[in-house]
Parts: sequence; C-alpha cells; structure tokens
Amino acid sequence: MPALPLDEAGKYVAAAYVVFVLLLVVYIGIMAAKLGRISREIEEIAELAERNRAAADERAAESARAEAEEVRS
Amino acid sequence: MKASTLRTLALLTALLIGAGFALVFFYAPNEADQGFIQKIFYLHVPLAIIALGGFVVGGIHAIRHLRSGDPVHDARSYVSIHASVIFGVAVLLTGAIWAKASWGKWWVWDEPTLVSFLIVFLLYCTYYPLRYAIEDRERQARYASVFAITAGAFVPLNFMAVRAAQSLVHPRTFGTVDGGLPGDMWLTFLVCFAGIALLWVTLVGFELVAKRTSGQLSRLRRALDEGTDRPPLGSGVAGRIAPGGAGTR
Repeated sequence: MPALPLDEAGKYVAAAYVVFVLLLVVYIGIMAAKLGRISREIEEIAELAERNRAAADERAAESARAEAEEVRS
Repeated sequence: MKASTLRTLALLTALLIGAGFALVFFYAPNEADQGFIQKIFYLHVPLAIIALGGFVVGGIHAIRHLRSGDPVHDARSYVSIHASVIFGVAVLLTGAIWAKASWGKWWVWDEPTLVSFLIVFLLYCTYYPLRYAIEDRERQARYASVFAITAGAFVPLNFMAVRAAQSLVHPRTFGTVDGGLPGDMWLTFLVCFAGIALLWVTLVGFELVAKRTSGQLSRLRRALDEGTDRPPLGSGVAGRIAPGGAGTR
C-alpha cells in the first residue's frame, strides 16, 4: 500500500499515542485508588491501635488500684 | 524497593519517554515507504518486546520461587506477568491502529506475527483464573509458577517459530538484508525502548510495593484484632503486634 497522506496518517499516529497515554492514565488511576484504600486501612488500624492502648492502660491502672487496696487492707 | 528509588525511577521514566516522543516527532525522519504512519513503530515495537520480555522475566522469577519456596519471588512473577499483560493490551491496540492505516484492516488473521502474539497474550490471560481458582495460597503460588515457567518458555519458542515462517506482510525492521534502520531512527528507537523498559520496571516496582504494603497491613490488622480478644499483657499494643506483625511478604 502507498504511504498515507500526512493529514490522514496523523490521525492514526495520534490515536496510537493517545491509546498508550490513556492506558497509562487508567493504570495510574487504579494504582491511586489502591493507595487510597491502603491509606484508609492505615487510618483504621491506627485508630484500632489507639483504642487498644487506651483500654490496656485503663486495665493496668485498675489492677494497680486493686493491688494498692489489697495492700492497704 | 525504597520510596526514593521509586520516585527517581518514575522521574527518569517520564524524562526518557518525553525525550523519546520528542525525538519521534521532531528528529526521526519519515520512513520512505510508509511515511508518517511509521511513527507508531517507536511505540508499538518497544511495547511488544518489553511485554514478551516481561513474560520471560515472570518465568524466571517463577523458577526462583519453585527452587526457594520464597513467596517474594512468586509476587515478583505475578506482578511481572500482570504488567506485561497490560503492555500486551497496548501492543494489540497500537498494532491494530497501525494495521488499519497500513493494510486497510484492523486485523490480519494469516499473519503469523500478529496471531502468535495474540496466542501468547490469551495464554497469559488464563493465568488469572488459574491462579485465583485455587484457594490454598501455597498451592496457588506453586501452580502459578509452573504455569509461568511453561508459558515463559513458550514465548522465545514462539518468537523463533514466527521468524522461521518468513512472512512477507509484517515488516522485519532489524537485521534485514537491506541494512535495517538508519542511525537517527535507531537512536530514536533506543530512547523510546529505554523509556518503555523503565516504565515497565517502575510499574512493577509500584505494584510490588503496593502488594507488600497491603500484605503487611492485613497481618497488622489480624495481630491487632487478636490483641483485642486477649487479656492485657501490660505492655501496650506495640509490644503485642511486634513479633508476628509487620513482616514482609
């Protein structure tokens, strides 16, 4: 086949490069969504860890109080 | 892979791809036979080579996984194949556009190069259902590795068989009797190739980090959930999650 004129070939060349860029953008979008999910999970885990620590501190304080009362009695 | 390494890789990739595309449109001459449409070559061919190379890399990681039993190699094999399948989609789409412009058809079924690439691509598309059809993680990794090795060995064999078929339709650009590419086209091609290769490495790196991080998070969550059910040990949360917690997969 003879070479296409520039105005017609240009459309195909642009289409090929746009397809590549679009695929890349979609992939980056998916990766961004994944990172967003990971970041949300980290927040949840941090909250859970803080709650656990607070509960453990409270229990430790309670047992210390109980021990002190036992010693006093 | 460290975050700073990934950032450098991503920057280098953007730079090389940008330079490559600039060379394509402002430096490389139009090809005598195909004219401007040949510019697709600088995108399509590197994508195809890297996709096929990536499948082979996936097979090599799979061999290492079977030899060592280390799940890190399985993750690398999976991510290599995953990135190569995505590159494969780009190869098929850009190839179809080039075929339409050059041959007047989106697809030519009697062209061995095209059909063989499609076969390889479809073969690797079956990797996902095969992998996720198995629940037991160790068995899943083992079977996926066997698949990756077999399919990875098929890639160069397939390539050689196609070369031996000596088709007259699909252009042979490298190592032709007429001399192949001139210097300026070679330089443009090499820069584009390096950019696309780095893009593959960067995407694999990002995927691996994301996979490892979500694995660590799951382990951390499990350890914390177990921690809430147990009586307090008096050493706080950090003490409880440290031993089995944030390991690397």
